[in-house]
Amino acid sequence: MQRLLIRNGRVIDPSQSLDQGMDVLLEDGHVARIGERIRVKAETPVLDAAGLVVAPGFIDLNAHLCEPGHEQRETIASGCRAAVAGGFTAVCCSADTKPVNDEPSVTAFILERARDVNLARVYPVGAVSHGLAGAELAEIGEMVRAGAVAVGDPGPVANAQLMRRALEYARSFDIPVTSHAESASLSDGGLMHEGVVSTRIGLRGMPAASEEAVVARDLILVRLTSGRLHLRHLSTAGSLELVRSAKAEGLAVTCEVAPHHFTLTDEDLAGATYNADWKINPPLRSSDHVDAVKQALYDGTVDAIASDHTPQHRDEKELDFSEAPSGAVGLETAVSLAVDRLVHGKVIGIGRLVRLFSIGPAQAFRLPGGSLRPGSPADVTILDLRRRVTVDPKTFRSKSRNTPFAGLKLRGAPVVTIVGGRIVWRADG
Amino acid sequence: MAVESASELKRKDVVGIASLEPAEIQLILDTAEELLEVARRPIKKVPVLRGATVVNLFMEPSTRTRFSFEMAEKRLSADTLNFSASTSSVSKGETLVDTARNLMAMAPDYIVIRHPNVGAPHRLAEVVPASIINAGDGINEHPTQALLDAFTMRQHFGRLEGLNVVIAGDIRHSRVARSNAFLLNKMGAKLRFAAPASLLPAGVEELGATTFLRLEPALEGADVVMMLRIQRERQAAVNFPSAREYYDFFALTEERLALAAPHAVVMHPGPMNRGVEIDSAVADGERSLILDQVTNGVAVRMAILYLLAGGRGAATADS
Repeated sequence: MQRLLIRNGRVIDPSQSLDQGMDVLLEDGHVARIGERIRVKAETPVLDAAGLVVAPGFIDLNAHLCEPGHEQRETIASGCRAAVAGGFTAVCCSADTKPVNDEPSVTAFILERARDVNLARVYPVGAVSHGLAGAELAEIGEMVRAGAVAVGDPGPVANAQLMRRALEYARSFDIPVTSHAESASLSDGGLMHEGVVSTRIGLRGMPAASEEAVVARDLILVRLTSGRLHLRHLSTAGSLELVRSAKAEGLAVTCEVAPHHFTLTDEDLAGATYNADWKINPPLRSSDHVDAVKQALYDGTVDAIASDHTPQHRDEKELDFSEAPSGAVGLETAVSLAVDRLVHGKVIGIGRLVRLFSIGPAQAFRLPGGSLRPGSPADVTILDLRRRVTVDPKTFRSKSRNTPFAGLKLRGAPVVTIVGGRIVWRADG
Repeated sequence: MAVESASELKRKDVVGIASLEPAEIQLILDTAEELLEVARRPIKKVPVLRGATVVNLFMEPSTRTRFSFEMAEKRLSADTLNFSASTSSVSKGETLVDTARNLMAMAPDYIVIRHPNVGAPHRLAEVVPASIINAGDGINEHPTQALLDAFTMRQHFGRLEGLNVVIAGDIRHSRVARSNAFLLNKMGAKLRFAAPASLLPAGVEELGATTFLRLEPALEGADVVMMLRIQRERQAAVNFPSAREYYDFFALTEERLALAAPHAVVMHPGPMNRGVEIDSAVADGERSLILDQVTNGVAVRMAILYLLAGGRGAATADS
């Protein structure tokens, strides 16, 4: 019998409205007990969590793990090492692999690799359209049977009819359809947020309306289809307002935001001399949008913080801003950014933060975990809210280093990651 | 009160007007005025940059800007090397760092760069020791054009401060309009933009201009009317309906020019689309400064090359 006692931690579990000093006993891959001063046999391993926050394992809804097909950027192994070092016990990986994860053999391959790696849990998100071409439905049911937990193309889906049918069809398998809400025609080759800063520094902009128009479309389709929708990396005030009113109406919609959208603005991009590490899609927005993202985190409009971990090879990111691919790695910075900017920055409390990384994402995709109730998977994230860290890309476990946060000093970091009752990562050891 | 001239250009590069101080702009214009005289000599050459190497890296088609730079470099006795997109191995996909490394292997003193990608000169300036001069980066900046435009205005009116300058056309995609806007604001001119909103950038107020959606009201009391080239070949069909309609509503004709101040002058960065944004009668008319712009371009570029040599301890322009 495999046991681990986590002693004297501050247990924060929003799934059971818990925030108090307690012990957590993990047994054979599940949470066995939670309570004050749990007594165990002398040989039971004990982890002293005094002064630390003990939370349900953090779940990332949106990471690009790039395998199969783009192993120069990331592999399932390197991505999982990055995930657990970042405090995540589970990662949902996007379908933009090569071949595309649009049929069950690719889904099965990803899960098999993840089992071999045996660090974080990996939940594949299948493509919604065959080959990500936006024309025909992918084999949604087959992928779900192979282990996919949601479907959605990681890029824009221009075809509203396909989106409608996907929302309808996915109901038979009780999974959400995810949407990268963007109108490619409104973005029109834009490289950053359209506004006074894009005009000042001369980079072609894409308007907030490019995201908002498709958020509105997809919400209207949810009303039409009674499907379940999950909106990816929302970044604008208008998008979040649309979600707020859709939720008030009772529509089955969830959404996530990414850490760079509550920490960086287009002014920060302007200060970076056209360095493509600041090129991200959706783009870094103006401060009014950043404030709206924080407001939506505070008022509960947002269900999850997702890393939107997008590894890009150095050779590609060294291209000019207009030619370099978008995206930043995020698995190893997401939690520290959130603790530092949201909790220490007094936007939300630590309870809300834990919710946004645990039960929030678990419920959005109906995943096991996200809770420390007895019987739940023994996935635990332990945080030190006072630990001071400096973002140093050289120490990343990820194969890629594309981040706009290099050198940033942050307070608060994950210190122990436990998956299935096994310590898979510890800071300084 | 006119802007005081700086005593020297304390910088390695000229990548944009946005990063120049008014006193530096004044210095470049004053220096260009002195250098204009070189073109009137029988031997149009001074030894100021003898032994210096200039690489002209043109990754976008250009005739007049490239010739103008080359002329400026030769009049200063520099050695020049010309790279262009069609003849060099530098192509889309090569990283800027690689481009820079290749160039630096030839140890040039200057790199004049025109590039379709916004920010390419700025990034190059950060990684190579040579002086970088931006000859146009995407839709961002074309600083030497704005300087020669300002020089031409100052030559004609004796000042920039208080001039009413209208820039009309595709503001959204125009590096000329942007660099001019930065410069004219810094030097105290009053700027107006005239264009349909589909050709204006978001947050146009950031560029410090009063905007007009029709040309006629913008022209009232204008001292300078600068027409921008309408890039017919590049324009997506959704930005404006047709060249014919553009001419009907937004072209500078003699009739429309009559709405400007009686002493108003006409400018165009070229190449012109006659019969699209400008009528030939205006382009070739007595109020046109278009050919002066070309002449002045050489002097302004000589001034920048000369001033950036600063630390090199070269002789003065009169030596």
